Amino acid sequence: MAAASDEFQARIDREERIEPQDWMPEGYRRTLVRQISQHAHSEVIGMQPEGGWISRAPSLERKVILLAKVQDEGGHGLYLYGAAETLGVSRDELIDAMHTGKAKYSSIFNYPALTWADVGAIGWLVDSAAIVNQVPLQRCSYGPYARAMMRICKEESFHQRQGYDIMLALARGSAAQREMAQDALNRWWWPTLMMFGPSDADSIHSSQSFAWKIKRYGNDELRQKFIDQAVPQAEVLGLKIPDDDLQWDAATGHYRIGAIDWDEFQQVVSGNGPCSRQRLAHHRQVQEDGAWVREAVAVHAAKHRAGSDGPKAAARNSDTAQEGRADAAV
Amino acid sequence: MSLLPAVVALGDDALVLGQRLSEWCGKAPLLEEEMAMANTALDFLGRARLYYGYANTLGGRDEDGYTFHRDAREYTNLLLFELPGADFAAATARQFLVDAFDELHSAELANSADATLADIGAKVHKEATYHRCHSAAWMVRLGDGTDESRRRMQQALEDVWGYRQELFVNAPAEQPLVEQGILPDRAELRAAWQEAVATTLAEATLTVPAASWAVKGGRQGIHTEHLGVMLAELQHLSRSHPGAKW
Repeated sequence: MAAASDEFQARIDREERIEPQDWMPEGYRRTLVRQISQHAHSEVIGMQPEGGWISRAPSLERKVILLAKVQDEGGHGLYLYGAAETLGVSRDELIDAMHTGKAKYSSIFNYPALTWADVGAIGWLVDSAAIVNQVPLQRCSYGPYARAMMRICKEESFHQRQGYDIMLALARGSAAQREMAQDALNRWWWPTLMMFGPSDADSIHSSQSFAWKIKRYGNDELRQKFIDQAVPQAEVLGLKIPDDDLQWDAATGHYRIGAIDWDEFQQVVSGNGPCSRQRLAHHRQVQEDGAWVREAVAVHAAKHRAGSDGPKAAARNSDTAQEGRADAAV
Repeated sequence: MSLLPAVVALGDDALVLGQRLSEWCGKAPLLEEEMAMANTALDFLGRARLYYGYANTLGGRDEDGYTFHRDAREYTNLLLFELPGADFAAATARQFLVDAFDELHSAELANSADATLADIGAKVHKEATYHRCHSAAWMVRLGDGTDESRRRMQQALEDVWGYRQELFVNAPAEQPLVEQGILPDRAELRAAWQEAVATTLAEATLTVPAASWAVKGGRQGIHTEHLGVMLAELQHLSRSHPGAKW
């Protein structure tokens, strides 16, 4: 076993991609299931705050763009559940783990989307932060995850632009619209900074993930990269970042920020965010409301297994389809 | 002279069902179906934009004028399109009846004497054929699924059945356009629609409802109470900021 483990690490060190059929340490598999499923859940739960504004979007064009964007997020969820399934867990198990609180999703989606400007702020800030986090994951050592991230990153950059475009229209609009934009920035700035997670010194998962090349940059490093991008973007919008301690540090070439409220972060991560209960309750309710549909799909497929119709649910339990799904996700 | 209201009416049909479908975002029973419903919603909203865009060139308002700045009484969509469809059985039954109609209607519209409508018809026909395949497959899966799913689907069909009649009526404003070969004759689509629906329902082990009830009024702006509530949500932000650009 030690030999297998050494060989595994040697492959990682040579920057080889690990594929589903390859031997891997149990801890590597567990870490990936945790991270990929958390990422998948974040995409799906993340549909809620923005999805709530599709029906109220202020123009037909914005409505269509937002719907397409939220649809993309569901698609990201699908790729990622598919990638997680290559590690031998089912989507149903992963969703159960979220419902019971064993699996997390990004803390950012536990904040409420109160105005149309929040849709812009989420696209601009949250999707920017996601891109900064996810670009390095395209080089993650686990092949299916890395390949899922390549597709996701392409789409996220469109999402980021649509968010910024909403903010730009508001910033150039009426006094009420500018106020809406500033208010959204005030509320989303700090939670976005928390998305990168605690300081590396306090992060419990970091060091082994570095060795396995699941993770390539530290939380603080990625957070700084985001800040350095976002501050000038806020200036273009004519909006003020809600941090009186924010200043340019010429010596390091970076913006320095004030103190992050990590107590708030811990509260939200522990399931006590403003919308934590609402988000999970909604997801559970949708699962319950759709149970009769999924059951009917499975029964219909079983009745017609010899035929060619009723693909999805029959597929769910069959090994060949698991492989098919995995391929589709990579 | 009646082309403009006829085009707006087709836009209204597409808009209100696009809005209904988009309400499913984040609520579908499977993540795969989440994608599919959003696609269908985008197709319907895209259609609304095509029709409203054409209406604009005919001297009408722009797409947001039609969407956000008319009250329910000014909307002329057929009632079938505005029904809530708030559970998956109701949404699926309504969608199937609409898709089966749209597939036939758009095939005829593609031959319109009006070049713009013919172009829109050709585009819609491609989408509608695919939508009908998708919704018919759901009718079969749920009709011929569990006892519960068959019961739910049969009930949903019964509940929506009386709204089908409007599909086959040419409104007074539309009649001259039918005679000029600009719009399809809706009355002539009925037999083919009934056959297509009966075929799918048979495969789904569902029964064609016997009920003869019929509700009408959409083209005259006499709607269900649901439309006003939908428009309140759809329009409030735009109307709260008169003249704002988004």
